[in-house]
Amino acid sequence: MTLDQLEIGCEAELLDIDCGMILRPRLMEMGLIPGIRISVIRVAPLGDPIEILVRGTRISLSKGDASGIHCRTT
Amino acid sequence: MATRAPARKALFTVAVAGNPNSGKTTLFNALTGASARTGNHPGITVEQRDGILELPRSGRVCLIDVPGCYSLNARSPEEEVAINAILGRRGQQRPDAVMVVLDASALERNLYLLLQVMEFDLPVIAVVNMLDTARDDGLDISFDALRSTFGVPFVGTIARRRQGVDLLCRELDDFLGALPLRTGSDWLWSPHSSLSREVDALAPLVGEEVSFNLPSERSRRAFAFWLLSSLHRKSELVVKPRLREAALEARQRLKGEGLDLDVETIVPRWSFIDAVAERIVRRDKPRSQRTERIDSVLTHPLWGSLFFLAVMTLVFQTLFSWSEPLITGIESIFAWLSSAVGGALPPSLGRDLVVDGVFAGVGGVLVFLPQILILFLFISILEGSGYMSRSAFMVDRFMRRIGLHGHAFVPMISGFACAVPAIMATRTIENRRDRMLTMMVLPLISCSARLPVYSMIIALLFPADEVLGPFRAGTIVLLSVYVLSTALALFAASVLSRTVLKGQPQPLLLELPPYRLPEPLTVMLALRDRAKAFLATAGTIILVATVVLWVLLTFPRVEAPAGVAPELAAASQLENSYAGRLGGFFEPLIAPLGFDWKIGVGLIGSFAAREVFVSTMGVVYGVGDVAEIGDRDLREAMRRDTRADGSPLWTPLTGLSLMAFFMVAMQCMSTLAVTRRETGSWGWTVFMLAYLTGTAWLMSFAVFQLGRLAGFA
Repeated sequence: MTLDQLEIGCEAELLDIDCGMILRPRLMEMGLIPGIRISVIRVAPLGDPIEILVRGTRISLSKGDASGIHCRTT
Repeated sequence: MATRAPARKALFTVAVAGNPNSGKTTLFNALTGASARTGNHPGITVEQRDGILELPRSGRVCLIDVPGCYSLNARSPEEEVAINAILGRRGQQRPDAVMVVLDASALERNLYLLLQVMEFDLPVIAVVNMLDTARDDGLDISFDALRSTFGVPFVGTIARRRQGVDLLCRELDDFLGALPLRTGSDWLWSPHSSLSREVDALAPLVGEEVSFNLPSERSRRAFAFWLLSSLHRKSELVVKPRLREAALEARQRLKGEGLDLDVETIVPRWSFIDAVAERIVRRDKPRSQRTERIDSVLTHPLWGSLFFLAVMTLVFQTLFSWSEPLITGIESIFAWLSSAVGGALPPSLGRDLVVDGVFAGVGGVLVFLPQILILFLFISILEGSGYMSRSAFMVDRFMRRIGLHGHAFVPMISGFACAVPAIMATRTIENRRDRMLTMMVLPLISCSARLPVYSMIIALLFPADEVLGPFRAGTIVLLSVYVLSTALALFAASVLSRTVLKGQPQPLLLELPPYRLPEPLTVMLALRDRAKAFLATAGTIILVATVVLWVLLTFPRVEAPAGVAPELAAASQLENSYAGRLGGFFEPLIAPLGFDWKIGVGLIGSFAAREVFVSTMGVVYGVGDVAEIGDRDLREAMRRDTRADGSPLWTPLTGLSLMAFFMVAMQCMSTLAVTRRETGSWGWTVFMLAYLTGTAWLMSFAVFQLGRLAGFA
């Protein structure tokens, strides 16, 4: 599954990132690497973007970009 | 080369780097106090600050505030600033040491940057800041484990309370005193063997091609590694051609071997950090839920939206009306000064220059300060508290639709008050394209200086008793102007984002930091820096332009025959001035818009500030200085005015055409001056002038000519 499909409050394990040559390395440098635990905290009132929690950091990310982040629920 | 003042006389230079939200700026301010100054990098819109720290043994130390970053890798010229500052590349001062500031409450994420800086073999001192937040979060940090793992000095601080700052100064003093130090140890992690081989092959070429701070074989390898991870074919990074080609070929070979370069250049650092993190950070109680609780209200669909609207209304209201007393105060001080000096000196050209040129210019510059300071007070508080990134989170979807970044919202709102502070406020937008786009469309938002012009035209042409349904015609016209100008700004944004500034807005990748109380010293220094930046560059341009404008409106002098009323003498003086002649010269150009030379002069005069159009009309029509917008004499004189064929000049159609022109045209040298300062480029400034004024001409032309075809005179 991809991160945008993850339910609010659920945790998943990151498998791979597949979202563009600019964003992919940026996300990885912020610590989103395969194997890391990641969860969705909330969705913005307008329905996009979403807020995720990874390594104790809250990050806001658009749904389109989140759909490139593959993960698996554990 | 950087357009900054020459290096300060200091014995040591230390670059201060850190992740965004690590409290780096707060620590920097705590160390350097009021000595910090801000400079602009040429061509790009990133600012850099430096400041002085006096140490007992090391003497004066110049600290350089490196823009916040998660990594040294760069994919754009803006991101390149960090590595340039650390290596003393591209005209930057070459630092003797690097101070890396780490957020204790997100230590592992911050260690990534430390690890990367250490690869460059420069003397590194690490600061673990915000220990209080980490403690609230139940984190216990072992400094012994940090020191033994990384082999560099670590100091713990709570910069906002100045705790640990003195200790840090002592440690830094000792550290600088022990320079040059030879660490000699190797990288703490090892790259994939193929990558390692390419790095070894590239390192000697790095040694030949570059002359900045790469003191050792190890640092040259680090730069080779940086090239392999940062460069791509379309990259705008500035690298010598031979080195660039070699690095790109190496990348190609590695990809040919099936290597995922993002993974191979980034993940091994994380593997190292994850392996040591357990020894360094321990959690002895659950995470604080404070920020989550606040967010559940402030980003709530209903309460969050209401709060957002309330904050934005407050910003708007303060800028638009509550700044008025301050602005009026400055204006009356200068009016008093002008009359005092004007009265004390005998009538002469010199007196006129001082009063109408210099005083008017200085006053015209200072008058912007209240709004700039108020806006940046809000911005500093919004940023310092953590709400700024939440506001972007709230509106990003809507802003993205029109091709703008979520951070463009505050500048756009501010634009209704004045484009000058609004353009300065685009500083909160990181990406160059997103920021340029916002700056280019901001002047289209109807600022408050246009209101007197609209009001004059409405009072002149749409009598108060003319009603359409329950509304006065004038009210409807004014309301349409505001709606239309906002729509135009959004439309221009979507056109420019598909043409001149092609591309998607930067993907929204924002950290939502924990809520904090804004730190007063940082807020104060931000206000001081903004005021200084405005006065130094934009202010000078505005002052010079005011004097030039005064010359255009005043020379050549004509002697009025005796017995002529002073108002009429002033009118004939203006008609014969360079500006008057320019108005006549431009008449063929503006005649298709329904304008004559008098309106032309008014347009030239309004470059000082749009509302000056009203008083210029007063002089042109020989009724003297017009204090009030609804001045009856001026209105009568304008109504009597006719074209060469005897038809009235000021018809509703002329009025609409003029309003259309004012709505769009770039009629404000202060906006141009601040655009020049914030874009760092005359090219973009001229583009703004040309595209706005060109569009204005076309709009006016369409209004006037179509109106005539439709039978309106």
